[in-house]
Amino acid sequence: MAATAGIELEGLAKTFRTPQGLVEAVRDLDVSIGRGETVALLGPNGAGKSTTIDMMLGLLRPDRGSASLFGRSPDEAVAAGAVSAMLQTGSLIRDLTVRELVAMVASLYPDPLAVDEVLELTGTARLASQRTQKLSGGETQRVRFAIALVADAELLVLDEPTVAMDVEGRRAFWTTMREVAAGGKTILFATHYLEEADAYADRVVLMARGRVVADGPPNQIKAMVGTRTIRATIPAADLDALAQLPGVTSAERRGEAVMLACTDSDTAIRALLAAQPSAHDIEIGGAGLEEAFVQLTGDETRDPEEAAA
Amino acid sequence: MNVLAYTRYELTRTFRNRRFFVFSLGFPLVLYYAIAGPNRNVHDLGGSGVSAPVYFMVGLAAFGTMNAVLSAGARIAAERTAGWNRQLRLTPLSPRAYFRAKVATGYLMALVTILVLYVAGATLGVSIPPGRWLDMTWMILLGLVPFVAMGILYGHLLTADSIGPAMGGTTAVFALLGGVWFPIGDGTLHYLAEALPSYWLVQAGRIGVGGSGWGTTGWAVVVAWALVLTAAARWAYRRDTGRV
Repeated sequence: MAATAGIELEGLAKTFRTPQGLVEAVRDLDVSIGRGETVALLGPNGAGKSTTIDMMLGLLRPDRGSASLFGRSPDEAVAAGAVSAMLQTGSLIRDLTVRELVAMVASLYPDPLAVDEVLELTGTARLASQRTQKLSGGETQRVRFAIALVADAELLVLDEPTVAMDVEGRRAFWTTMREVAAGGKTILFATHYLEEADAYADRVVLMARGRVVADGPPNQIKAMVGTRTIRATIPAADLDALAQLPGVTSAERRGEAVMLACTDSDTAIRALLAAQPSAHDIEIGGAGLEEAFVQLTGDETRDPEEAAA
Repeated sequence: MNVLAYTRYELTRTFRNRRFFVFSLGFPLVLYYAIAGPNRNVHDLGGSGVSAPVYFMVGLAAFGTMNAVLSAGARIAAERTAGWNRQLRLTPLSPRAYFRAKVATGYLMALVTILVLYVAGATLGVSIPPGRWLDMTWMILLGLVPFVAMGILYGHLLTADSIGPAMGGTTAVFALLGGVWFPIGDGTLHYLAEALPSYWLVQAGRIGVGGSGWGTTGWAVVVAWALVLTAAARWAYRRDTGRV
């Protein structure tokens, strides 16, 4: 069992005290990732992705719940050299050359890749003899990637890795990632770009407001959030019938209103008005991820679980 | 042997930072010549029983080494501010090995500082038997333990921006009250001085010129500061990293 165990996050929860009051960053999150899977953690800013990653890696202690990596605690897995990561924030230490810094990190792991190979792979070979404090933002990002790769660890975690990269850097980054993924590593990357999750992950875990709102293959998630939603007030609506309308993938009730997730909102709105002439206060939501998330998760106050609590 | 490799890179990094190097070695050296140079013929400084070149060699060794080991804390603060400590915490490098590398670097800087001042002292006519040099060096290194812990405490409590002034202020006060700049006379000030680790750091230096070393009071004060500051450093580290 332990030999095949992947990553298990069970009931993880974390609340932060902020000047604005308590913020529940992660709420009872359950995720299970198999060995060798490439999983995207997709969600808008503030969804709790980084907090989840920090708890998973043992950088932050959860209020409740547990994380285990390959059958071990995060600290044990880290001590065994099973983890490497490219965290969201962080710069490099100064007064070493790029090659020395990558070699230093390599020296800490039991079974690292060859430094030159990694410099080549990440496009940092031409920077090898430069001091780290002289690098541009994009170059720094590549070196941070090199540091994560050289470990050749079982689990590679990337928290919004392409944020500071230019278009070319981004393309080169994902080309390299494909090669790494093909090598059988377990990879988890956080992103708020739907396209990245869609193109590079085997599976997408969609997070919003500290919860998993969907978990499945990229095309399924894309159908959920890459589309529009229709919100309309229809008293006594039959949700099943609404979900059957052309262009509609799912229907949910939000108080007086219903929320229709649509793959084709033009077709759906015509069908809706034909079937339900009394529908009013109609809004068609934009395709932005943020809105899609809000609509998927609903308003705080209308969240049934919280209303019950 | 990952710990050795890591320590080696840490040393490379420190000794390559030329500005840091020049200031931490140059500052005590320039001060020494500025203060002891004009007074090189004063044979009994302020009733201390030692000549000015010896007095200030010992005093500046205390001052310079205090700064050297505290600067390990400045490097910790810088790495925390850069987020590098989070990166390192995901590697198999143990916290113990991390601190060992930092402390080793601080001590090596301290040793270089001592040697530079010994050479400077010799140019002003200070001459001490080799056995005494060794005894005194050994005792200074021991007397630095509380300051090593203080550096780690500061490193986890302060940011890269605030640690500079905090270190400067700390060493200024400890040096002044510890008798680095002028002999501490008898009276209230002397009682205060005897309660400070910096006073005993200066006394450690005096061993070379026939000083009596620490005695019970000295050992008690140095050990007490070392224990309290180590406990505080451990607390600050845990608070910072959320480790149990």
